[in-house]
Amino acid sequence: MSSRIPLPYAPRVLELFQNPQNLGRMEDATIVASAGSPACGDMIAFYLKIDDSDTITKSSFESYGCASNIAAASQLTIMIENKTLEEAWNFTWNDVSEALGGLPKVKTHCGSLAVGALRRAVRAYFKEITKASPGWLPGDLTKDEKHALEEEALAEKLGKKYKLL
Amino acid sequence: MSEIDKLLDQHGKAITEVYLDWENGSKIEKEVLDAMIPFYLDRKFGNPAITHRFGWETYDFYIGAKKTIAEPLNINPQSLAITQSFTESNNLAIKGIVRANKKKKKIILSEVEHLSVIHSAKSLYAEGVKVEIIPVSNDGVVNTDILQEKLDDDTLLTSIQAVNHEIGTIQPVKEAYEIVKDKNEDIIFHTDATSAFGRIPLDYSKLEVDLATISSDRILGPKGIAGLYVKEGIKIRPLYEGQLSVEILSPDVENSPLLAGFAKAVELQFARFDEIKRETSRLRDKLLYGFQTTIPRTDINGPQGNNRAPDNVNISFLGCEGEALTVESSMKGIYASSGSACTSRVLMPSHILTAIGRKPEEAHGSLLMKLTRINTEKEIDYVLETMPKVIERIRSITGGISL
Repeated sequence: MSSRIPLPYAPRVLELFQNPQNLGRMEDATIVASAGSPACGDMIAFYLKIDDSDTITKSSFESYGCASNIAAASQLTIMIENKTLEEAWNFTWNDVSEALGGLPKVKTHCGSLAVGALRRAVRAYFKEITKASPGWLPGDLTKDEKHALEEEALAEKLGKKYKLL
Repeated sequence: MSEIDKLLDQHGKAITEVYLDWENGSKIEKEVLDAMIPFYLDRKFGNPAITHRFGWETYDFYIGAKKTIAEPLNINPQSLAITQSFTESNNLAIKGIVRANKKKKKIILSEVEHLSVIHSAKSLYAEGVKVEIIPVSNDGVVNTDILQEKLDDDTLLTSIQAVNHEIGTIQPVKEAYEIVKDKNEDIIFHTDATSAFGRIPLDYSKLEVDLATISSDRILGPKGIAGLYVKEGIKIRPLYEGQLSVEILSPDVENSPLLAGFAKAVELQFARFDEIKRETSRLRDKLLYGFQTTIPRTDINGPQGNNRAPDNVNISFLGCEGEALTVESSMKGIYASSGSACTSRVLMPSHILTAIGRKPEEAHGSLLMKLTRINTEKEIDYVLETMPKVIERIRSITGGISL
């Protein structure tokens, strides 16, 4: 290919950017987790309110990131509403991207980061709150979680002065 | 309705629109277009190297237009190679010099050169070229002490920009030039004057640089045409091959409409040079200090006052991610660009902002605006009135994420 397409946002991305659903800190959250790093210009904090039957009754987010990042986080909060933690866990970046009408290829990490932050929150919930891991929760890190870690590692590298050569 | 149409529909269009992204794309004025039209529709479109009336007419016009463009630089018009972009000029300056002078292998550049300079130089690694990068101060000023240290008998070429395109630093070109020529007269000195031409005085009869890049679109001339000054006696090879007409360094038939537009833009810019310089400097400072006064947690990128190009506004809004900032500004009718990683296709912020020691999170929140002779005070007032709301909304999304 001799040309490339710039960043064509689907209208849904812009819609959620203009009017983000479930935005903001949640004071009474059951669990909070974040992923990404300000150094990469890409960070999401996820707040979950979880009831006794492990169902997400409320979720919200904060985002330091681009329009896709904001839209991806917002979209995911909409998707996981009233879902059990297991159901919420099973959403992938691909589901988020699809719901947004498709993210540009270079922005897939935004969807990935939102999913990474959510899964981190779910793990934290079982580790810190219930202190018991359910059978469906994989022991190893999933792809989206690894992505978040990779980005954080990159941020560390960026933190040291970025040199051209 | 296409997806892009739907996107634009969702975006909406602000009643007031202020275009300040001149670094990334420019338009022309009616006067410039009018100067070009006859060359498309009527006469003087012939090949200036052919022996017939249309050819001679074109040749006559061509020489006159080059004289107009060369005049503000005080150079011989015959020494001005016409190219299709400043990117081509910079490629030609670097690669053309290396390929015509094979004995010496070292190129020295500053860390804040345009990517067309940096990438051209690095592309020559395979040809055995060594590239030395000179660091800059926190204001983006090239460190001439280190330049002096790096010069040696193997140095073929030094390339130091006249003005930085992102943060407006006016570089000590004269000092760098003298250091280089003191070391060895034969070291070739190129300056990328793309962001300086029409903004600050440049006289290459006094400061005898060997090569200088200028561009039409940076002074509201048409895109697709630029120049490279090549001092007489400098050995340089063209980038590509073809049939020669008038231009020795860029084969093909000369594009007279674009040259007419370029020449008209030069006339318009230089007829009011002092006034434009004064007026854009005033609007620049109004924006920079206006933002600093009305918006908390801002940082000016680059120098201030007379050390800064008159047209350059670059400021970091901490706690804001730049791509979100450009989208939100766009919805309010303000068009600017950012050094954020997310506006590009890699996760790296602008190499210039990191070179001046900005932390990545500071670079991500940067906004670049440029001022031209057609921007007005009313537009700047609208920007100053609107940006605090833009910043506030983006910061409300960032919320408590600590930076």
